[in-house]
Order: sequence, then C-alpha cells, then structure tokens
Amino acid sequence: MAKVIMTADDSASVRQMVSFTLKQGGYEVVEAVDGKDALQKLSTTKVDMLITDLNMPNLDGIGLIKGARALAGCKFIPIVMLTTESQDSKKQEGKSAGATGWIVKPFKPEQLMAVVKKVLG
Amino acid sequence: MIDQHRQAFKEEAYELLAELETSLLELEERPDDLDLIGRVFRAMHTIKGSGSMFGFDDIASFTHEVETIFDMVRNGKLQVTGRLVNLTLAARDQIKAMLDGADDGNGVDLEASAGIIVGLRELAGFQSAAAAPPGKESAKAAPRDPVTYRIRFVPSREIFASGSNPLTLLSELKDLGTCSVVAQTSDFPGLEEINPEACYVYWDIILTTNQGENAIRDVFIFVEDDCELKISVVAEHSRFEEQQDYKKLGEILLERGDITPKEMEDLLAQQRKFGELAISQGILHEGKVQSALIEQRHIKEVRQEKQGAEAASSIRVPAERLDLLVNLVGEMVTVQARLSQTAAQRADVELLAIAEEVERLTAELRDSALNIRMLPIGSTFSKFKRLVRDLSAELGKQIEMTTEGAETELDKTVIEKLNDPLVHLIRNSIDHGIELPEARVAAGKPGHGTVHLSAVHSGDSVLITIADDGAGLDKDAIRAKALEKGIISAAVELSEKELFQLIFAPGFSTAKKLSSVSGRGVGMDVVKRAIEALRGSIDISSVRGEGTRIMVRIPLTLAIIESLRVRIGTDTFMLPLSLVDECVELTREDVARSHGRNLAHVREQLVPYIPLREHFRIPGDPPDIEQIVITQVDGLRVGFVVDHVIGEHQTVIKSLGRAYKDTEGISGATILGDGSVALILDIPQLVQAVEALQ
Repeated sequence: MAKVIMTADDSASVRQMVSFTLKQGGYEVVEAVDGKDALQKLSTTKVDMLITDLNMPNLDGIGLIKGARALAGCKFIPIVMLTTESQDSKKQEGKSAGATGWIVKPFKPEQLMAVVKKVLG
Repeated sequence: MIDQHRQAFKEEAYELLAELETSLLELEERPDDLDLIGRVFRAMHTIKGSGSMFGFDDIASFTHEVETIFDMVRNGKLQVTGRLVNLTLAARDQIKAMLDGADDGNGVDLEASAGIIVGLRELAGFQSAAAAPPGKESAKAAPRDPVTYRIRFVPSREIFASGSNPLTLLSELKDLGTCSVVAQTSDFPGLEEINPEACYVYWDIILTTNQGENAIRDVFIFVEDDCELKISVVAEHSRFEEQQDYKKLGEILLERGDITPKEMEDLLAQQRKFGELAISQGILHEGKVQSALIEQRHIKEVRQEKQGAEAASSIRVPAERLDLLVNLVGEMVTVQARLSQTAAQRADVELLAIAEEVERLTAELRDSALNIRMLPIGSTFSKFKRLVRDLSAELGKQIEMTTEGAETELDKTVIEKLNDPLVHLIRNSIDHGIELPEARVAAGKPGHGTVHLSAVHSGDSVLITIADDGAGLDKDAIRAKALEKGIISAAVELSEKELFQLIFAPGFSTAKKLSSVSGRGVGMDVVKRAIEALRGSIDISSVRGEGTRIMVRIPLTLAIIESLRVRIGTDTFMLPLSLVDECVELTREDVARSHGRNLAHVREQLVPYIPLREHFRIPGDPPDIEQIVITQVDGLRVGFVVDHVIGEHQTVIKSLGRAYKDTEGISGATILGDGSVALILDIPQLVQAVEALQ
C-alpha cells in the first residue's frame, strides 16, 4: 500500500511541486492550504507523514505541529518542516514543538525525496 | 511536467512583482514604514526561494543581491532613499524582464543587471566583488580511501515523540558502507517500570566507508541535538598494510574507556578468555563485550574483503541453478513454518528457541537467495532507447528518451515478463501521445518531445513510470469511443480516473486510424493483464495538452510473498498483503442495514464488499461477527468478507498445475505449516469477476 503524505503550504506553487514530486515517488498526497485546514484533515484522514511550511495564515506551522502531536494518529509520525535559511530560531522552536526534521528552502525535488526516504525509511 | 511548476511559479512571481511595485511606491512616501520594508523583503525572499527551486537560477541570484540590501534596510543598517527606491524599481523591472524572457529564449540585458547590482552595492558600501552569487556548490570531494569508524549512538529516551525512528537511521548508515550494529540493552528497566513509548536501547556501530565523517553526521542531522553521538576512527584502509596485528579485545575496550587499565591487568593475570571473564565478574555488561568483538570481526572482514576484491568480484552461474536454489528455499520456508507450529504446540522451551533460530536463519536465507536473482532494470531500459530512436524516425517525430533509476533491481523473471508490456506502453506514447513537430510548435511546446522512463523502489514494490509531454488523453474521445463500443451506457457519469481506466477495457482503441506502430490488435487490456499476472497494478494520469503519465507498480519478487491468512469455514485463504489496506468487523446488523447491497460504512466512506463464503459457495453458517479485509485495487477500495483473520504469513507460491491453471479468482496455492493447502486469492480478478456479474 502506498504511504500517504500530507503537504501543508499556503504557496500553491510549492504545494504543487511537493505534491508532484511525492506522487512521482509513489506516495499518495493529501494537500492542505494552511495549518487549520491541515489539522482538520488530519483528524479524519490517516497519514504516514506530514510536510509543513512554517509561515502560514490561520494557523502557522508551529501551531500545526503541536496540534498534530496531540492527535492519537499523529503522535509518532515523522513531521518535516520547510524553513528558510534565516529562520534558525524557528527551526529550534519547531523541534521543541515535535518536528522530526526540516528541509531548507529553496530545495530541489531530489532533496525532498532524500529527506522523505530518510524519515520514512 | 516541470513546465507546469514553472508556470505556477511565474504566475505567483508576477503577482508578487505587482505587489512589490505598489509597496515600493508607497515606501517612497513613507520611507520609515517598517511594515512596508518587511513586505518588500518578503516578496524578494519568496521570488528568490521559489525561483531557484524551479530552475530560474538567474532570477534567484539577481534577486538575492536586492534581498541582501533590503535585509540591511530591515535591520536599520541602511536608510531608504530616493535612489534606493529607484534602483529597486529598476531591479523589479529587470526581474519581470527575466521572467518574460525565460521561456521564449530572449536573453535579458545582462549589462543592465550588472549596472543595477553595482549601483545597489555602492549604496550599501560594498566592494563590487563582495557578494558571491548563491547556490554555487563546491566541487565534489574526490573519492577517499575507506576508513573504519566506531560510532556510539545513544538516542534520547523521548526520540519516538519527535517522530524519529532510530532503525531507519541505522539502515541509512548501512547504505554508507560495510556496517556492523550491536544493540545495547543494559538500560532496560524491569517490566513494571517500562514506559512503552520510551527508547531504552542504544547502539554501537562499526562502519567502514569512504564517505567521510560528515556523511555519518548527516545521517543523524535531525537528532543530533538530542542524542549522544560519538564518532571515532578505528582504522584507515590505506594503512592496513602497516597495521599488521588485529587489536585485542582488551585494547578496544580500553580505547573506548569501557574498562580501566587496572581492571584489564587484573583480568589478564587470570589467563581465561577475556570477554567471558569480564562478564562473569560483572565488570562489563555482555553487550559491551559483544560490541567490541563485533568490531574485531568487522575489521577482519573488511581487510579480507579488500584482499579478496582483487581476486574475484563476481562469478557466472547458470540461471537454472539459481531457480533451483530459490525453489529449495521455498520448500525450506514451508518446513520451517511446520517446525514453528509444532514447537508452539508443545510447551518445550528448548525446542521453541531452536525453532525461532531456524525461523530467523530461514528468513535471512530467503532474502539472500531472492537477492541473488535481482538484476538492475537498466539493461531493459537501454533496449528501449533504440526502439524510441527507430520508431520516431519512422513516424517523422522528434523524440528523446530520458531514463532514471536504471540501477533499480527487480527479480530476473519479473524483468523478462515486463519487457512486452513496457514496449507496448512506450509505443503508445510515441504513436498516440507525442504530436508531430509542427503540431507541437503550434501548441507552444518545443518541437522535440520527451518520453521519460523511470524506476524507483517504493516499499515492497518497484514503481515504473512512463511519462510523455505529448497531447495527453482526450476525455471526450475516450467517452465517445466507449459509448460507441458499448463499454459504457450514456447515462453513466464517470470520474476522470474511471474514464482513463476505460482504455484498458478489451477492444478499446482511440486512434483514428491504425498505424504500423500501435494498434495491431494488441490492446491496452493485454498490457493490463500482463501486469496483473505479475501481481502488479497500472495507473494513468493525464493533462490535456501537457502529457500522459503511466505508473506501473510491480512487486519485487514472484516466488515468495507476504500475505494475510484468513479462514472461511474450515478453509484457509491467502490475500497478498501488498494490496490489503485494513480489516474491519462486519456484524449481522451491518448486513441487515445494507439491504443486500453489500456496502459497508467505513469512516464515512461506502466500501463495496464481496462475501467470499457466498462467492465460493462454501457451505455452513458464518459467525455472528465476520471480518472485512479491505483491499486497494486500481485506486478503488473493495472489501472481502471472511470468517476470521488469522495473521501475516510468508507465502511460498506454488502454481496450481495445468488442470486448475485458469481457475478464476485464484492465482496459486501454498502449503501451510500443518501440511494443508491454502489458496491464494487473485484480488484484481475477483473484483473484475464480480463487476462483470453485476
């Protein structure tokens, strides 16, 4: 069975690229446009991994990570955040909120796949 | 397909540039407005970040310069002046010009770019050569000699709470080189105190790799801050000749600081086997000694390997011998299952221990035997290159084939059987998919088309993708054709996915006229059947005008599969685990509620199910609570109702012999631990059969 990965990002072009790359790699993808949307979808859909942007309207990435870790189905899944190089403090904040790892923007499809393989095994 | 992302980026960038212009004009009037400065910075930042992601490197490096200046403004190091706004507006127009020219190949005025950058740098007081363009990677380091490292990885107790799995990290380490791993379990508390969500294990790893220490640190990058990680060099490959002697166990333990020199001397004085002695006296935990012993063995092996490497790296063996080996391993797995079952029935601890050991060894033997038959798929790929070349010349099309993942390994028999279906799919792409050069240019695409063939591992299967940038599937034509051929009726509303699946229906062909290349009576239905015979599945996605992508998923091997063992009455059946999604209960009330429509409510979704007891006409009454095993076939979820789900099972596939070869819904049989026979269900075929009945 194909593993399901959720991508949460308010930028349509990044979401599209992440989603496309993951589908090419044989994963199923659930898209969410912001943290609130993501959390709502997580409570009804079972996913194997979450990839989230940090700067999002409604509910930001940190809030989403905390919310997701509180859900029984997401307690132990890998959560990877997308950060920009200028956000080192955000990276720490994300880690303490329960993120597994990070990908620094800009990234190439191969880098995304490498991280997905790294945390999903 | 990457064009699609570039297009999305361009749209986003144009919006950002428009916003940027407004912000800059406002900024001229209110030069101290921090909110405006922030907005300008963010717009630049996004254009730079996404630009480099979608291949607009010139835009990324140019925007980086402007962003750097605005970072200074944001931090109060630089004042907003009329000149800065002018230059930034010019930069914004330059970015727009780069975007405009990106696809039609019109270069931008590089001198203008340079002029703007020089102007901005002067404003900021930089030397002209100060800022290096981003994204230039340093040249890759030259291959190094292998080095053996000793790694101790002590994860934090809470590692699972951050979603990290230490085992995937260890398997990543294994990819770096020759690796020996010892799990240290001495920190385990008693059963009453154990917290099932905590990690009590830590690992000692001996790794020989030529990737360098940084590559090892990279593996642990996400957990580095909350784990204890010690990496030290034990031996350098290039110096093996000089290091004549193997290190003694005591030396290794001493080096690691696990034992003091005094303790070692005391022990040595007693002249017994060092490790045994250390354990029996309670100085060391067994795991520590074992870890040191493994290191000793690892170094020996690596050195032997080096010596052996020059002698012979591979030998040729006739394929039949390998097939025989795999068959014997299959028999062995069956016998082992019997042994485990017998051992479980007798409460003999010793026998159980032996059975477990045999089970472990058999699993290893099975994996390495199957591994021997694995071949890289690349040899098949290169054959296709020729096919593409010849066919495109014949049809007057310009087509380039690109491949990816040629090193992906698959079972030899699977590769052989994949050849014909893949040839057919590639032919289809060339013949029906990619347009003639004139048509392509008219549609605003480059004259030469691309067929991209890729293979990638995904779980226990391999995903092969054939993607073209041709015309894409014509939904209306497919629908019209299916109506004409009577495959669907006019009243049926179909989703895009369902419509695409129609091209696999027998007797379907949308080409207006038959050509010599495709459509010679062999339809996509044959392709689909061939893939399903390999226990695989096939999926299509397509965007009109942009191309078609066909995804073929094939299990790694055919000889032995993981399956789910279920029971109906006294009969046992196997369902391939790769197709199983989940199992849910089906009560009598559920059945009554569905009014004979065979639909189950699973988490607000309606899932159709097939009552297997009825389907196979098995006599007797079902239990009050039956089980639905929900499978995924061609993207659809279909349930199979059975009496009981027993569990996972290593299934050695036996063919049914000539007489029963074509039995519908059954793909083979296997022998269970107690010697009885269980049938393996052919899920896609069962689904089709039931669909046909309705």
